[in-house]
Amino acid sequence: MENSFLIKTKELVKIYPIGWKKLAALDHVNLGFEKAEFTGVVGPSGSGKTTLLNIIGSLDVPTAGSAEVLGKKVEDLSNRQAAALRNHSIGFIFQTFNLLPVYTVFENVEFPLLLLGLSADERKQKVRKALEWVDLVDRAKSKPAQLSGGQCQRVAIARAVVKKPAIILADEPTANLDAENSHNILQTMEELNRELKTTFIFATHDEKVIRYIRRKITLVDGKVAKDEVMNPTKAERKGQ
Amino acid sequence: MIIPRLALKNLFGAGLRTWLNVVVLSFSFVAIIGLQGIYDGMNNQAVQALTDAEYGGGQYWQENYDPYEPLSLPDAHAPLPEALLGLKDAGLAAPVLIVQGTIYPSGRIQPVLIKGIDPEQSVISIPTHFLAREDIKLPALIGTRMAKNAGLKKGDTITVRWRDAQGTFDAKDVRIVEVMRTTAQSIDRGQIWVPLKKIQELARMPNEASLVVLAQDTEPLKEGLAGWNFKNLEFLLKDITELVQAKTIGGSIMYVILLLLAMLAIFNTQVLSIFRRRKEMGTLMALGFTRVKVIQLFTLEGAMHGVLAALVAAIYGTPLLVLFTKKGWAMPESVDSYGFAIGDKLIPTYGAGLIIGTTVLVLLVTTIVSFLPTRKIAKLKPTDALRGRMS
Ligand SMILES: Nc1ncnc2c1ncn2[C@@H]1O[C@H](COP(=O)(O)OP(=O)(O)OP(=O)(O)O)[C@@H](O)[C@H]1O
Ligand SMILES: [Mg+2]
Repeated sequence: MENSFLIKTKELVKIYPIGWKKLAALDHVNLGFEKAEFTGVVGPSGSGKTTLLNIIGSLDVPTAGSAEVLGKKVEDLSNRQAAALRNHSIGFIFQTFNLLPVYTVFENVEFPLLLLGLSADERKQKVRKALEWVDLVDRAKSKPAQLSGGQCQRVAIARAVVKKPAIILADEPTANLDAENSHNILQTMEELNRELKTTFIFATHDEKVIRYIRRKITLVDGKVAKDEVMNPTKAERKGQ
Repeated sequence: MIIPRLALKNLFGAGLRTWLNVVVLSFSFVAIIGLQGIYDGMNNQAVQALTDAEYGGGQYWQENYDPYEPLSLPDAHAPLPEALLGLKDAGLAAPVLIVQGTIYPSGRIQPVLIKGIDPEQSVISIPTHFLAREDIKLPALIGTRMAKNAGLKKGDTITVRWRDAQGTFDAKDVRIVEVMRTTAQSIDRGQIWVPLKKIQELARMPNEASLVVLAQDTEPLKEGLAGWNFKNLEFLLKDITELVQAKTIGGSIMYVILLLLAMLAIFNTQVLSIFRRRKEMGTLMALGFTRVKVIQLFTLEGAMHGVLAALVAAIYGTPLLVLFTKKGWAMPESVDSYGFAIGDKLIPTYGAGLIIGTTVLVLLVTTIVSFLPTRKIAKLKPTDALRGRMS
């Protein structure tokens, strides 16, 4: 079954120098993620959640060990290759939404497709579809500044899914949202996960998120403390 | 294509800050072209005036003639060679005989150069036809500056003294038949123009001349002339060209300052935006931008200030400069004392070379100024950028 892993980390270590001491943000982490997972990485503040997501997202490189994403070893990628991997296969959702302020909702969602070099027609069609998923078709012409936090995060989700990447990494996606909006976007992501078979990995403290995830990985001091199945779907229950 | 689009969007998105920079930069743009055009116009006009009134298509100098060495003048005359006489008869050359003399306006002694020239000549634009007066023994033509200096006016008679070829002093009364306005001081100050034949006779230098002015666009003789040296326009105009160049350098200090000011504003904007927009850079990287692309984007964003400035400058600068060329600048009296032959009105010239050159310069400098601060991005880690932190 080795080959069915979309993402695999082997003895993954990330060390940050703090003054003249060294801090192991990730300490020999061995994890595998399969297609269509809906997984949360939880743990106390500073336990290494963001660091893990960043390495999987090829935004950062491990100090030691290996992280293989879609058959590519992150530590071996050049800047360009890492950028291409992110462009084609990974969608990011951030706590602070990170929309481009000068672009409209439509243009923000269109942006990854522009980078992929799709034609105008293709782009328009895909953006429309993505905006339908997040129920924001009527706000296509708005600028991010004119939207609520929840709406912004839905734009960010649309931007992440519009290119139908294999993996979506979401670092505290609900931290800046109220309960209603949090549930709203979690439901959206769950649907997308089911429909598109996209692998979602969350880093979160949020109890609300934990209610939705189907696998919970707990990090403590950069080590995997627990890895448990949650809210199993029917199929998974059958498999057990 | 995505980078220029995004750059333009960001630039317009920044609103007032962009337009402030663009307006300041466009000022220096217009100022550079405006000022440089004035100097070019000054140069062209001075060169034109001097060519028309004095240098023609170049001059043959008798070998002893040296305008900077007054002591050489008594020896600087010789009979005209056949070849030059031929040119003269064809109307392509005007011989000038220069004799040192003295006048005594209201009791003061004032040295003058008595210049003999053929009243019929049309080689240089001096109104020598006024000298074709058979009814007057010795008609003379002077410029307005000379007239003012010596307190002379049209119709006045004044005694002129000179030494002839043998070194004997002689004196005659001359009658001022005309006071001419000329932009070229070098044919005006301290000079009295008289008919060539008369001065040749009086100075006992028959058929002689000190220099011969060729008509404009006349080729000098193929073979050299013994005892005469040809001085081309480039040589004759060297002084004025150098003078204008010196003025240009003086003037350019002002627009260098203007340009620096604009560049500082852009540099500042760039540094600020690179500092403040870390998160945006991180986002772009997360979406698949490489660092190189981010650098390109931010450099282009800055460089586009230059492009926008060029456009804005064209919008208000074109009518302004066209107006200048139409109206010209009225020159104050004092400019005359600089030694320029400009006249009352300066018409700036705005050549394609000047405009293209300035545009290229401004775009180049803006691009460099925009690029320099972006080098920080090259070391930026995507993870740090996303946190909005400096590395
Ligand atoms: N760039 C860095 N330089 C130095 N130390 C860092 C850096 N990034 C993270 N760390 C440290 O690594 C450890 C793990 O950080 P990380 O951001 O992964 O934690 P986290 O689990 O995401 O925490 P939180 O829940 O607060 O977001 C922390 O102790 C943090 O201080
Ligand atoms: Mg974190």
